[in-house]
Amino acid sequence: MNLTEKQEEIIQEFEVFDDWMEKYEYIIDLGKDLPKIDDANKTEDRLIEGCQSRVWLDSHFNNGKMHFTADSDAIITKGIIGLLIRVLDGEEPKNIATADLFFISKIGLQEHLSPTRANGLLGMVKRLKLEAIKHISAA
Amino acid sequence: MSNLEQKPFNVREIREEFPALRQQVYGKNLIYFDNGATSQKPKLVLDAINLFYSKENANIHRGVHYLSQRATTDYEAARQRIQRYLGARKPEEIIFTKGTTDSINLVAFSYGSTLSAGDEILISAMEHHSNIVPWQMLCERQGCILKVAPINQRGELIMDEFDKLLSKKTKLVAITHISNTLGTVNPIKEIIQKAHAVGSKVLIDGAQSIQHMRINVKELDCDFYVFSSHKVFGPTGIGVLYGKEELLDRMPPYQGGGDMIARVTFERTTYNELPFKFEAGTPHIAGGICLGKAFEFLESIDMEAAERHERELAKYAEDMLDTFEGLQIIGEAKNKTSVVSFSLKGIHPFDIGTLLDKQGIAVRTGHHCTQPLMDFYGIPGTVRASFAFYNTKQEIDTFVEAVERSLSMLK
Ligand SMILES: Cc1ncc(COP(=O)(O)O)c(C=O)c1O
Repeated sequence: MNLTEKQEEIIQEFEVFDDWMEKYEYIIDLGKDLPKIDDANKTEDRLIEGCQSRVWLDSHFNNGKMHFTADSDAIITKGIIGLLIRVLDGEEPKNIATADLFFISKIGLQEHLSPTRANGLLGMVKRLKLEAIKHISAA
Repeated sequence: MSNLEQKPFNVREIREEFPALRQQVYGKNLIYFDNGATSQKPKLVLDAINLFYSKENANIHRGVHYLSQRATTDYEAARQRIQRYLGARKPEEIIFTKGTTDSINLVAFSYGSTLSAGDEILISAMEHHSNIVPWQMLCERQGCILKVAPINQRGELIMDEFDKLLSKKTKLVAITHISNTLGTVNPIKEIIQKAHAVGSKVLIDGAQSIQHMRINVKELDCDFYVFSSHKVFGPTGIGVLYGKEELLDRMPPYQGGGDMIARVTFERTTYNELPFKFEAGTPHIAGGICLGKAFEFLESIDMEAAERHERELAKYAEDMLDTFEGLQIIGEAKNKTSVVSFSLKGIHPFDIGTLLDKQGIAVRTGHHCTQPLMDFYGIPGTVRASFAFYNTKQEIDTFVEAVERSLSMLK
């Protein structure tokens, strides 16, 4: 599946939810299932400080593809991270750098990535793309 | 100037005056519990905003024409209404600013410029960043020293420690009347007396008290009292600095520009008299006039009954929340207003706030611009419900149910 197809799949999954609380129940479950980053690895250089919740991001470049792990102290933020990783993990750097993450607003979560939502998510996406760009220029 | 009659306190009738309270968000009736951040506006204020821009809009203090004179009269009438409400001696003691933050910065720059290296500013551990940072900046400029009076676990100022920090070196005590994060009501009358006894001036941050209780600056005898219009049912972008005339008179201007001058030549400028000396440039004219309207509205409210009602709401909410496992109320001062802050073991405040939002309930989560206070409690932030006199017990019932539901999802 390419980036667009993965996003469309998520949008479809979200169509079954009737109300906000169901949607968030699902996001919270995703957050609970996402692998944690060990406390020892929650270092300053991996930290993206939001005004409220914090995000830690770890990325690796392997065989031409990018891989990510991320964590947050807020479970909803973490659930959304889970969705972002599902879309972006295993993609080539150039696809990540130019990715239009349209699914976020389609499933109604755009507020979490708006500059006023100080949860570190917008910063995380920026950092993800920067990491990807580094590997494009290195290639 | 028209006057509304003061009526017996009736929440249902008061709610009728606030259109913003009658709306749905995410298909739920809005419950607005973020009054500590900003208040909703009564019709009286909303209509006045519309009227000003529809019929009266003109610049003030400088026009010969009808509209300008009318706007000037209304703007100055608002100043007088606020003066009377606060019990200030003269309208000249009411300076219009942009808000609490702006008022504090004005004092920090202007009064601050009269201080010397080694002079001390005394604040408390529960201050809003707006009542910390301007003093830190002053200390950097002038070599003054910032002292911080500690609090106990309940969130009350430790008066013995305060007394020890107060000395002949103290030139200003700058302290909040009510903590925006904890709801603690500080004993400002006692603080003012003690500060005056050592020759210090006192600035009261009234951002969280003006909307909850009757304030009389003459009785308090504070030297400065500051607040924001938007938290007291008026528009954003305007606020007040009350200062004693003899003090304001001796203070140099803060910003230069139009309106604050008596005469300008390239060699020398003389300044206008109070209050204009501190009001450079075209002010927020509609804001000032409509803040006057907010006070007209307040005059129609039995504030003692309103305060009782608000405290009852807080007590009611706390008693119910207290039964939740792992929930800790932050701020348990004996004397506190209608702020209920809490944290939950293992759950981030942001998650609760997000789920409450989706259930139609507006609260605030985070550090509430009081990071040193959060450090004191060793938490990243709290969930804060802050009530106004238009809130009801039914709303709290719904809120408590929503907290319960959120917890069951997050655990
Ligand atoms: C106690 C206190 N002081 C100062 C402020 C700052 O007010 P403003 O942002 O309106 O200038 C606030 C607002 O949150 C406050 O609660």
